[in-house]
Amino acid sequence: MNKPDDMKTMTGAKRYSAGVLKYAQMGYWEPDYEPKDTDIIALFRITPQDGVDVVEAAAAVAGESSTATWTVVWTDRLTACEKYRAKAYRVDPVPNSEGEYFAYIAYDLDLFEPGSIANLTASIIGNVFGFKPLKALRLEDMRLSPAYIKTFQGPATGIVVERERLNCYGRPLLGATVKPKLGLSGRNYGRVVYEALKGGLDFTKDDENINSQPFMHWRDRFLYCMEAVTRASAATGEVKGTYLNVTAGTMEEMYERADFAKSLGSVIVMIDLVIGYTAIQSMAKWARDNDVILHLHRAGHSTYTRQRSHGVSFRVIAKWMRLAGVDHLHAGTVVGKLEGDPATTKGYYDIFREERNEMALENGIFFDQDWASLNKMMPVASGGIHAGQMHQLIHYLGEDVVLQFGGGTIGHPHGIASGATANRVALEAMIYARNSGRDYFNEGPDILREAAKTCTPLEQALETWKDVTFDYTSTDSPDYVPTPQVTA
Amino acid sequence: MRLRQGQFSYLGDFTDEDIRVQAQYAIDRGWAVSVEYTDDPHPRNTYWEMWGHPMFENPDAAAVVFEVNECRKENGDKYIRVIAFDASPGWESIRMSFIVNRPKSEPGFRVVRQEGEGRAIHYTIESYACARPEGERYT
Repeated sequence: MNKPDDMKTMTGAKRYSAGVLKYAQMGYWEPDYEPKDTDIIALFRITPQDGVDVVEAAAAVAGESSTATWTVVWTDRLTACEKYRAKAYRVDPVPNSEGEYFAYIAYDLDLFEPGSIANLTASIIGNVFGFKPLKALRLEDMRLSPAYIKTFQGPATGIVVERERLNCYGRPLLGATVKPKLGLSGRNYGRVVYEALKGGLDFTKDDENINSQPFMHWRDRFLYCMEAVTRASAATGEVKGTYLNVTAGTMEEMYERADFAKSLGSVIVMIDLVIGYTAIQSMAKWARDNDVILHLHRAGHSTYTRQRSHGVSFRVIAKWMRLAGVDHLHAGTVVGKLEGDPATTKGYYDIFREERNEMALENGIFFDQDWASLNKMMPVASGGIHAGQMHQLIHYLGEDVVLQFGGGTIGHPHGIASGATANRVALEAMIYARNSGRDYFNEGPDILREAAKTCTPLEQALETWKDVTFDYTSTDSPDYVPTPQVTA
Repeated sequence: MRLRQGQFSYLGDFTDEDIRVQAQYAIDRGWAVSVEYTDDPHPRNTYWEMWGHPMFENPDAAAVVFEVNECRKENGDKYIRVIAFDASPGWESIRMSFIVNRPKSEPGFRVVRQEGEGRAIHYTIESYACARPEGERYT
């Protein structure tokens, strides 16, 4: 370890004489610093190279993500450099993970352009992630100050207004992704949409990689899908929607597709995370201007969110997307085929839906976070879920969520509409049971069997998928586990 | 067809006991329950007629069942729904909505297509019942 004096900020002429200083000596480590209410705070998991002191590593992260370069520069003295330096102020060892530390770093509000995720991320996850003295670096969480939040539009529609527009209250929304995701013609694709919506779903969804390919160009898909949506709406008397994916190679093409979807009367359009933060913000502005709900598919996120030691936690992506202004975002199912343990997933859902998050280390939430009246995002649960899990889904995910049963609708032995009806009946029966005070989580299978007595499609669905579970250990679970309370 | 609006339209018709149980769930959460009716079932017909004000001070769902049955006496051939309002900050909108009464026959909706340029179609849906004047639609 370094002697404490090595980590003290140097002052006076010595600080600015040409040459190299430790980052801590340059002023990027301030253990006494108390973050201001307007500051943005980042929590990094840092894994220093062998022999690198953790305090110096934390100071280096603060430096490289704010004003520092590798050597002293005299031009610092032309600025209010003490204000602009990010300040690492706390380092904690990660429980049960040798060599890893949580570093808290505070950034002054003036370091960031108002209303720009691109500007925020260029600093916070810019050069610093390739910094040699670190083996690995992960952005775990951020505290966004209300002063900063207020520079963003936030979700174009939000959960409450989405429900008002769809005339749908008191239960999760139901959706399905059209399968196979690639290869269907426009005409055949619309058939799946029609059957699923007529059978009882609220939404169908394009998959992330269905854009405009040789087998189905985008205009064809939009036209057939809207025929299907309208017919299903007439058959049920409900507002229906299909997430038309407007993702394309340029903003101009995305606007063209979104405008066409709007002109056909679609209530919702969709984009992929891979279009980038600026494009997402542009589409969120378009969605607000045009009264269209905006769905975001998180294609690509697992390349940087899944491993615990390096990358960006999905909870941070969720916070950025709430700022950026999307209405829907996938957030995990707990019980389905994709990554996500219950405690971590609860943390994500709280970030999407709450007015304010309280610190909850057991859910991976490191800060109190006030959302300053920003609209709420609707979480979407998708991937390997079916009607037989309805009690678990409602227990873990709550009511304000879109439950998307792709295979669990289209794979029904008696057809797509039957699959949709099975899901809708299972959902309504479970909500009824919950509201009437039953222990629906434990009695879930009984409740479903009772409902299936008067609904053959549900009976068939329960029989088909009765043994399907995805029980694997999660790679990204919370580092803190609540200590059981001792009671007398 | 069967109008599928509301949170329980895929379950059977509600009994008075079903209405009481679900309304009590809303009341126990501090939501104000109200009764509304209409003979225009279009999914974007937002403003059904109010059968009195939302019951802000009412602790007992039996009163909701009573009002539903009073409403049925005058509007038994129309749609009647029960709605729960939540006035808490950040919501200030509806939390629950379910249909408790239907006309004897539900003729459904017609799709009207206005064919435009480039195969684009402007759609509208119309309730068959709404071809007749208000008040005479399901009699």
